[in-house]
Amino acid sequence: MSKKKNTDKVIITGEKDMPPMPASLGSMLSNKTASWRSIRPVILVEKCTRCMICWKYCPEPAILPTDPPTIDYDYCKGCGICIEECPFDAIETEKEGK
Amino acid sequence: MIEIRFHGRGGQGSVKASDILAMAAFREGKEVQAFPFFGVERRGAPVTAFTRISDEEIRIHCYIYEPDVLVILDPTLIGAVPLTDGLKSNGKIIINSQRKPDDFSFPETERAEVFTIDCSSVALKYKLGTKAAPIVNTTILGAVAKATGIVKIESVMEAIKEKIPLKKKENALAAKEVYDMLH
Amino acid sequence: MKKVLTGNFAAAYGATAARVHVVAAYPITPQTTIVEILSEIVADGLLKADFIKVESEHSALAASIGAQAAGARTFTATSAQGLTLMHELIHWAARGRLPIVMANVNRAMAPGWSIWADVTDSISQRDTGWMQVYCENNQEVYDTILLSYRISEHKDVLLPTLVNLDAFFLSHTSQVVDLRDQDKIDSFIPPYNPEYKLDIKNPSSFGALTSPEHYYEFSYKMQCAQENAIHIIEETGAEFSRIFGKSYGLTESYRCDDAEHLLVSYGTIAGTVKEAVDRIRNKGVKAGALKIRYFRPFPKKRVREICSNFKSIGIIDRAVSYGQAGPFFTEVKSVLDKEKHQLYGFIAGLGGRDVSITDIEAMIHTMQSKEADDLIWIGVKR
Repeated sequence: MSKKKNTDKVIITGEKDMPPMPASLGSMLSNKTASWRSIRPVILVEKCTRCMICWKYCPEPAILPTDPPTIDYDYCKGCGICIEECPFDAIETEKEGK
Repeated sequence: MIEIRFHGRGGQGSVKASDILAMAAFREGKEVQAFPFFGVERRGAPVTAFTRISDEEIRIHCYIYEPDVLVILDPTLIGAVPLTDGLKSNGKIIINSQRKPDDFSFPETERAEVFTIDCSSVALKYKLGTKAAPIVNTTILGAVAKATGIVKIESVMEAIKEKIPLKKKENALAAKEVYDMLH
Repeated sequence: MKKVLTGNFAAAYGATAARVHVVAAYPITPQTTIVEILSEIVADGLLKADFIKVESEHSALAASIGAQAAGARTFTATSAQGLTLMHELIHWAARGRLPIVMANVNRAMAPGWSIWADVTDSISQRDTGWMQVYCENNQEVYDTILLSYRISEHKDVLLPTLVNLDAFFLSHTSQVVDLRDQDKIDSFIPPYNPEYKLDIKNPSSFGALTSPEHYYEFSYKMQCAQENAIHIIEETGAEFSRIFGKSYGLTESYRCDDAEHLLVSYGTIAGTVKEAVDRIRNKGVKAGALKIRYFRPFPKKRVREICSNFKSIGIIDRAVSYGQAGPFFTEVKSVLDKEKHQLYGFIAGLGGRDVSITDIEAMIHTMQSKEADDLIWIGVKR
């Protein structure tokens, strides 16, 4: 049984698929926490000054240090810390889903 | 014994609702049991809570697999999680929604009696929560009392005042209003 | 007075009603509320006790040992990792013959990191000399704490008691609890007045170097104390019944009289088993239930008496002694004539996995259709 190092979801059907001890079989990359969101942060590019405070504070990290910073919606959990910390109010909220 | 299962999202107060319902029944002299599904909890994640009400001592200690009543605080959970698993064939489903009961189809439980009531609007009327996140856990108990007849609305209102720390009167009145609205 | 309480509240109120003098405890999920509530009760002056904030569970028990040795009635609470951190002092409290009462919220041992119900933590304190009792519901948690102070402090016992309650299924589950009349409790539990204690007016040493010349006899006395506890538990339980109207013994039988299959269990599972027995009987199968409250002292005679009427016996364990079998299974098997019974050792509910009525019905089905087996893992995904 080899350790997977990609974003493939690890399927466990029973003890045969499990290592002897509680060790993870993949990386957190396969755990796309997008489904946790109920609000969706959106960066307003015109207001963004590229201070990168949002990238610094994102706990995930789900904000990529691009120019302008971009939110990785595969992993963003919608915690809202970036919205709170942005000194220029350049991140707004949208309601997620239906 | 009546078994009620609550479904909501973390932060909506499903667990509190299960406690208040138990307290209301206790006030009427019933034996009660209330507890949440014991998993890792976070805001927005599906939360399940259970209440058992009986005239006799409740000895059972496992989760509720065959509920008599389902209370759905957040209809976005429908289809996302297996809410109706095990619902008894003449079970009742109470949903916080503006839509009509016929708009919901639960193929696994055709004979379930579905009640819908717009708890969110009533909750907001009494300033419970915010427009983005109304707190409907007390309001929906008014619907539970009316639809099932398990407890009197007066018991629910008293239990709300006992268990809710703030806006006691508003929470109780919201439950009463929903109770009166539901047919 | 009846209230709706979680197991943790029931434990805290039990300690309060027993008028403990010292509480030294360290928080751990899912016990934390016991400690929080007690700190509030003490702060509000509702309990005249010293609440000692300690930096670990080991220190919690150390403080309790010190206080108890000086003649104070102590209470502490913990769970899993906390209980096992105390382990060397668990031996100390018993060998020092200190009647400490500790509430243990049965939680699984790590790794995997788990906060959910499992009795491996308390079972692994088996040989320390502590008495151990498993509670089925919150009323029993409250009442057992009261009973345990009486039993532990009895001069012919003088052993600490571990009062066990399942994580979440009791600790965080609200149930109706009748809080007993304080005046009656005060006369039921007399003040703690040990003959031997730390006293500067009558100094003596405790726990000093003990050579092979005497150690053996101290061990013998501990075993005698456990044996004395057997009848003291029953007598105290009967007295409790006379005063408070609820009876507690070493075991509890349910619908055993004409049963053909016996299910032996403990903790919250024992409650679910009783409900399952009713449903199984409605389907025409004569099942009965035996709830064992005490793991130590193990009620050998009582269990043997009850089990002797049954050929088919299933024992449900919420732990497994790796390399052997379920702990209660092993105890029950040891008191029976193997040839006369079909014994089924069911392992269920480890790590907080739920044990449902369906699971118990499946156990009865196994007992009806399959060969006896020491280890049957209910619901394991292979």
